[in-house]
Amino acid sequence: MSETVLVPPDHTAPVAFTRAQLEWLPWLEPLAVEAMTARHMASLVDAARMKSPYFRLLARDPDALESRTRTDKDIFYNPDAGLPRAERELAAAATSRFNGCIYCASVHSRHAATYSKREADVERLLDEGVGADLGERWNAIVAASVALTATPIAFGREHVDRLRRSGLDDLAISDVIHAAAFFNWANRLMLSLGEPAASG
Amino acid sequence: MSGADVDVIDALVGIVPGSPLDAVRARRPEARAQAQASYRALFTPDTLGEVTAEERFAVGAFVAGLHDDEAVAAFYMARLEDSGASAALRDAVTVAVSEAGTLGPYGSYPAGPLSRENTAGPAHRVSAATRRALGPRLAVAFEHVHLLVFHPRDATPEALQGLLDAGWSTTTIVTLSQIVAFLSFQIRVVVGLRTLLVDHS
Repeated sequence: MSETVLVPPDHTAPVAFTRAQLEWLPWLEPLAVEAMTARHMASLVDAARMKSPYFRLLARDPDALESRTRTDKDIFYNPDAGLPRAERELAAAATSRFNGCIYCASVHSRHAATYSKREADVERLLDEGVGADLGERWNAIVAASVALTATPIAFGREHVDRLRRSGLDDLAISDVIHAAAFFNWANRLMLSLGEPAASG
Repeated sequence: MSGADVDVIDALVGIVPGSPLDAVRARRPEARAQAQASYRALFTPDTLGEVTAEERFAVGAFVAGLHDDEAVAAFYMARLEDSGASAALRDAVTVAVSEAGTLGPYGSYPAGPLSRENTAGPAHRVSAATRRALGPRLAVAFEHVHLLVFHPRDATPEALQGLLDAGWSTTTIVTLSQIVAFLSFQIRVVVGLRTLLVDHS
């Protein structure tokens, strides 16, 4: 007999992009905490992620989860030069806005606003979408993220040129590419394995 | 290019040791190593579990084909052949790509202010002939892959139930989803870095 999907409890689904804290409700059964082996635990990388149904679901393939998480951390947290953290988060938020991942956009628009202190611009990205005018440097990062997010991929020389004109060097451009590419990974998992819910 | 130690992204971009892009990638050493570790975990894991190598690379070749990048598509088609897949299965994947190609991302939002941004596009169904060639388990997987690649915001629990009913377990759906999602990352890094490489030449 086949398994069945989970029916999420009654909740309020967000109908707009928001910087508010959201929950995520899985459609497939996460591993139970008591059923997790040492390998499953290690794949979480951070023990605090034990509380997250998303990470306990992905822990069903622990090697894939662990390498995913370590890729993510270096792309976003490596402090060695390149693109400032705020703009790595901007690329993540723009990618999530264009793919339509309300949950991912909420997390990374909060980070983008926190690190850039440009709350109004981040809010405009969420409200107006990826065509919002955020000033040339941010517009260039958003446009590059959007072109990378299209399938087939529409990123070309013109995007590199525009990023260079905004002052990005090779490492910073590579950071834009990796941040947008990584959120094409994350958005697809978040969107297809569960759904967002308003907190409380 | 099939050796376990060859970095797939470097190979597909054409990054050679000592080049400027090699130096750029070296500044994010964990991202580089763990992207490759992700490839190994999803395509050449120590234990295949309930998803065969042939299924993993059939899905990989389908995802790569939908992204319409010649070098990446050729790489995954070659790995599918290495996995022992028959010519009939490889042909079925090629036909499946030709039947499924479109432009993404599209899809609908929950009813409300975002409804004005809803963009229509196909919910792909594998043709009867391709379904016979792929077999029912891969055919249902390919329909899910198309959803994830082109219109992931249309995902529903019913789509997952379709996979469960076709013999995919909760755990193998996680692996299948990771394969598609990881490739959505890997292919974008390849295309992005290749563009940066061309910019240098």
